[in-house]
Amino acid sequence: MSSNEEAEGRPLASYRTLDIAVAIFFLIVCAIVMTDSLRLGISWKPNEGPMPGLFPFYIVVAMGIASIINLAKALPHTEDGGETAVTSVGLGRMAAIFVPAVIFVLATNFIGIYVSAAIYIGSFMVFFGKFPVWKAAVISLAIAIVNFMMFEVWFLVPLPKGPLEAALGY
Amino acid sequence: MEELNALFGGFAVALSAYHVLLMVIGITLGVIIGVLPGLGGANGVAILLPLTFTMSPTSAIILLTSIYWGALFGGAITSILFNIPGEPWSVATTFDGHPMAQKGKADEALVGAFTSSFVGAIFAVCLITFLAPVVAKFALRFGPAEFFAVQFLTFASFIGMGRGSAWKTVASMCLGFALASVGLDNVTGTLRMTFGQDELLNGFKFLVAVIGLFGIGEILSSMEDGLKFNGAAAKLRMDAVIRTWKQLPKMTMTFLRSCIVGCWMGITPGGATPASFMGYGIAKRLSKRGDNFGKGELEGVVAPETAAHAAGTAALLPMLTLGIPGSPTAAVLLGGLLIWGLQPGPLLFVEQKDFVWGLIASMYLGNVVGLIMVLTCVPLFAAILRVPFSIIAPAIVFVCAIGAYTVNNAMFDVWMMLVFGVLGYLFNKLRYPLPPLVLALVLGDQAESSFRQAMLVSQGHVGVFWSNWLCGGIMTLGLVMAFWPAFQALRAKLAGNGAVARPA
Repeated sequence: MSSNEEAEGRPLASYRTLDIAVAIFFLIVCAIVMTDSLRLGISWKPNEGPMPGLFPFYIVVAMGIASIINLAKALPHTEDGGETAVTSVGLGRMAAIFVPAVIFVLATNFIGIYVSAAIYIGSFMVFFGKFPVWKAAVISLAIAIVNFMMFEVWFLVPLPKGPLEAALGY
Repeated sequence: MEELNALFGGFAVALSAYHVLLMVIGITLGVIIGVLPGLGGANGVAILLPLTFTMSPTSAIILLTSIYWGALFGGAITSILFNIPGEPWSVATTFDGHPMAQKGKADEALVGAFTSSFVGAIFAVCLITFLAPVVAKFALRFGPAEFFAVQFLTFASFIGMGRGSAWKTVASMCLGFALASVGLDNVTGTLRMTFGQDELLNGFKFLVAVIGLFGIGEILSSMEDGLKFNGAAAKLRMDAVIRTWKQLPKMTMTFLRSCIVGCWMGITPGGATPASFMGYGIAKRLSKRGDNFGKGELEGVVAPETAAHAAGTAALLPMLTLGIPGSPTAAVLLGGLLIWGLQPGPLLFVEQKDFVWGLIASMYLGNVVGLIMVLTCVPLFAAILRVPFSIIAPAIVFVCAIGAYTVNNAMFDVWMMLVFGVLGYLFNKLRYPLPPLVLALVLGDQAESSFRQAMLVSQGHVGVFWSNWLCGGIMTLGLVMAFWPAFQALRAKLAGNGAVARPA
């Protein structure tokens, strides 16, 4: 793998913690689906067959059982479970791509996908990749323009556009 | 004979200049997708699906399957040169491929990998050619109970043949079913699990889930590892091809074993990844040179690659004949078929003969074109990895966003993609398997409606699934599969501390 020998940062969460969190997430989904299935009815209607809630209900019952077992397996402190799953450095790097991605999607609503993508890629290159600004600008614009040509012009797939594209007549 | 005639008709369709050009484009894109971590076969095909809406279905499927072949080939390049598996199914290729590269035999490893991929794929395509029409004819007589039985077997196989925790497989699969049930109920027209949200009317689109789970999830994992590419450039001399091919005939048995394992794992939806591990494990145990495995043995590259490709290709057999995909990528292709207005399943062979045989013929041609292309262009493709990750990562997120948006022209789907991305990352980390979730999301509606129809016919008696030998046989096999991990655990307990040997 990579030659990443510098300190990997502070441990933030162990596999045990994550396992428990995900099992609880499953149980929450389970509860939500169960509530709605019960509202829809899980019984058998003569001549009509099973009511709409029946199938999802038993599916999430299975899911609930599996999740409770997963939870029970994750709870005891074990050597494997105690291992660090996420470190501060790792989380930081993930946030570096994910948080801007959220902003990028949000911005798409206002300025269109191409402009916000160009800004997203360009700024990621500058701040994370330590590229000079002009290089980042050229590359990010090129990626946006190539995609614009491909989707809007050649394949006629409409994507969210903003004021800039409108000014250009698209 | 009928099949051969139909196949030649298919070749006539597939051999047009336009279609060969599409294959070349598709394989190039596919190899790029396979080489880049963060873009895999399934979400690569999902993202590019909207580009094909304006094409004819035959051209579209040729383009998309070529991307699939390319991705299968591409995964091997990074495994061997950089010890980074570009795709999950090429993890087993790193075991011997990278040591070979370190010994300066990268070219032989690559030629070996490509050739065996080709052999595996062609073996599986031959199987499809002769078996698919038979299965389809057989399946024409299927009723809802039989279809549910086959679907049940599909999902039970995940539990029975999965590696890792069976309970996590069950949880992940049921989550897929639960997500699939959101939206309008097909049978009664009631709204389910929407809680008054208009966006949820159409339910969760599995393409969005695929793009998020595999694409964004993979990017997050790669970012966390702080992925930096550092590997040697491959010098591929053409004499390496001859040199490697001379060694291959000795491995006929390995080829054959891996082909069979691969086809089996592809048809029952084990998928390419477990197939490659099984192929490797079996070869290691049975080969004369088994002791050298892991130190850079050509046979150790051949075995998993053959099995992975055989499985990847064979996964299309149940998709075409039964409408049940054998792998996530096959599931995406199935989604494509539906969008182009084709109903996969046994009737496809009756109603859309040209399409089916054009597709099967294009599988032969696509693999030939692919082999030639990858053998000649390896250095070019390896150069992709010199593009800094700080350009690739946001560009992939951008492309994923486009892919998610075009599914339904809705920003809501792009947000869902991000949510699925986090989920995909967590699932990967905690070894919850993703393919069962995706397949359940795709097949959920169908499985549910065939279950409900079967129950209606029988007025609520589960006995309908054992009403004839075919259906009953499949259901019983499914139950055995579903409880297989429990049997094994029991056996291990009875045998005391004796560990149960599992195929590695």
